[in-house]
Amino acid sequence: MNILACTDGSLYSPSVYDHAAWAARQMGGASIHVLHMLNPHHEEPAKLNYSGSMGVGARTALLQELVTLEAARAKIAKKRGKAVLEDASTHLKEAGVQNVVADQWHGKLSDEIANYEADADLVVLGKRGNNADFEKGHLGTNLERVVRSCQHPVLVASRAFGRMNNFVLAFDGGSSAEKAVEYAAKETLLRGMHAYLLYVGSGNAKIEAALAKAEATLKQAGFEVTIEHRDGEPEKVIGDIVAQDYIDLLVMGAYGHSSIRQFIVGSTTSAMMRTVKIPVLLFR
Amino acid sequence: MTQTKYFQEWFSNPRRDVIAGMVVALALIPEAIAFSIIAGVDPKVGLYASFCIAVVISFVGGRAGMISAATGAMAVLLITLVRDHGLEYLLPVTILTGILQIAAGALKLGNLMRFVSRSVVTGFVNALAIIIFMSQLPQFYDQGLLMYAMVAAGLGIIYGLPLLTTAVPSPLVCIVVLTGVSMSLGWDATLNTVGDMGDLPSTLPVFLLPQVPLNFETLMIILPYAVSLAIVGLLESLMTATIVDDFTDTPSNKNQECAGQGVANIVSGFFGGMAGCAMIGQSVINVQSGGRGRLSTFAAGIILLILIVVMGDLVSQIPMAALVAVMIMVSIGTFSWSSIKNLRVHHRTSSIVMLVTVLVTVLSHNLAYGVGAGVLLSALFFAYKVSGQLDISSAFEVDKKERTYHIRGQLFFVSASTFGDAFDFREVLEKVTIDVSQAHFWDLSSINALDRVMLKFRREGTEVELYGMNEASQTLVLEVAKFDKPDAKLDTH
Repeated sequence: MNILACTDGSLYSPSVYDHAAWAARQMGGASIHVLHMLNPHHEEPAKLNYSGSMGVGARTALLQELVTLEAARAKIAKKRGKAVLEDASTHLKEAGVQNVVADQWHGKLSDEIANYEADADLVVLGKRGNNADFEKGHLGTNLERVVRSCQHPVLVASRAFGRMNNFVLAFDGGSSAEKAVEYAAKETLLRGMHAYLLYVGSGNAKIEAALAKAEATLKQAGFEVTIEHRDGEPEKVIGDIVAQDYIDLLVMGAYGHSSIRQFIVGSTTSAMMRTVKIPVLLFR
Repeated sequence: MTQTKYFQEWFSNPRRDVIAGMVVALALIPEAIAFSIIAGVDPKVGLYASFCIAVVISFVGGRAGMISAATGAMAVLLITLVRDHGLEYLLPVTILTGILQIAAGALKLGNLMRFVSRSVVTGFVNALAIIIFMSQLPQFYDQGLLMYAMVAAGLGIIYGLPLLTTAVPSPLVCIVVLTGVSMSLGWDATLNTVGDMGDLPSTLPVFLLPQVPLNFETLMIILPYAVSLAIVGLLESLMTATIVDDFTDTPSNKNQECAGQGVANIVSGFFGGMAGCAMIGQSVINVQSGGRGRLSTFAAGIILLILIVVMGDLVSQIPMAALVAVMIMVSIGTFSWSSIKNLRVHHRTSSIVMLVTVLVTVLSHNLAYGVGAGVLLSALFFAYKVSGQLDISSAFEVDKKERTYHIRGQLFFVSASTFGDAFDFREVLEKVTIDVSQAHFWDLSSINALDRVMLKFRREGTEVELYGMNEASQTLVLEVAKFDKPDAKLDTH
């Protein structure tokens, strides 16, 4: 078992380490791979020149200027990244994780996560990253894209790690929800927690049957299960329920729709994660 | 490419992209007008083309942040077409060019760019700069000293102003100031203005179908032009893409860019424009002004359209001197000045390749010929260099009765004769061993040379043994060589 923990040294990082350490313990001493990506911030030119005039040897001069400016930034970023990784290793070792590998790579996490999550069984990342301040009210710039490109379950860490006694599984009868149930039953990650199976909407026979089946699966795996059935708007109801402080973790399917649709109507998953204050475990 | 990546290429940098697009739009006008006039078409053909190409390529191109529009490199190819066959052939040529470029993209010909060496690229860029510069010279004809003074003043503004501030586009200031001066002093009577060069469009571009007979004869007229245009357009676009790749340190999709250029040209053709391609100078300006995303190219196209439709009357008042000054700036900025300094430093063969590319282009006014000559020459130089990697030594064994030849290196058509001459057939020997374990036979010529050597030795009654031929060479020997076949005879030719 291997856990990929993505860090960027932001406020959420210690919580990412704690969540990863918890998951490692739950998964029977899994190893943790701490990954830090050095983002290329090329889209933000350092110095602007609107003169529209090209001097002699404009191409070489411009290239040199860009290289010098970015080299300085990159060096600082690399140094900082090293410190972040050292901090991560110490933090995880203190939390009792034996097997920690920490490394840094160039690139954007959202573009390259597929290369790193191949040998991981679980991906842990913070709800927000370094750019959080700059996009308040939005999710971390990486989060949605990372979740979309991940093949494995993603544990999105909240601001701080709390107790992990129970979880709400948002059940909509869809394939990713079923996947979540199967995962909970088969893997050890959620063992020992109390399961709330939550369905929002006006039920029908099909859903009832699916719920019963899910309950049976979970019970068989040794979970204590409570079924909650509420009416209303899913986003709001789920938000209200997990806002009560006895809920520790939200488990749900993620991004069932295409990104085109989402561009227009927005995504339930993103909206959910914006509002809840607890960690979220996502299945695609 | 994933959807999210595509969105990101559009909207990651919106504010700066729009500002950069504005700066670029202003830099597009002079080139579009100047080269329409050179190609012998109405300025509106170039302006519409620039708008269409910029907007379309922003959606379908493979390199975000690169500027494409009607360019000088393409315009010079159209001169004879418009002169000999008329304007109506411009549109089918443009559309056919687009089709060829899409085919090139589908066949992944973008990968062929690696055959274009660094020296050829430098030669291309320099030739382009020289073409842009030379094409401005006719504007001075019959205009008197005032024209020179105006251009000098324009260049003074363009290069002087950025020393004071880089917040306003100096080419724009140059155009505004020179237009103001010439209008207020009444010089527009003596000096050519944009209005004197032809009509400016006052309507939005409309969709039209080409008005030529769709037969084989038409195809034969337009095909040669379309092939040249397609090649030049792709070459300049892919080179510019590489330059922008370097600037932004991000990769681009070269084959998508080929197809994208094709789509842009087809659209431009149907809307009455001419063929275009990526522009090195304007792309540099875009990056310099902070443009990185697709939005910058899109904004440049839209702002260009607004400028020409809304400000049409004012645009026609711009003295040509102002545009000439801007184009001279573009040409100076495009030229690779370090290549002159490097003539002494770089290897002589690469300098020759560069100079031949420039020379052929400037003489033929066709960048495709220049690049063709450059690529051919660099291939020849390379073949010659590799042929030098052949080392043949020999030593006696057993009382001067046996000799072993050690062959080491690359054997192909260039080095085949060196190989053949290296053996001494006068010597009387019992046995000759040819050790080719460190040699590679590449082609028919080299196998043929080996054949001749083997058979000649045999004729002298010498026993020949071939030792250590590698597998690839062996396959070739099995296919074509004669010495290993029973009825071995020497070819007479």
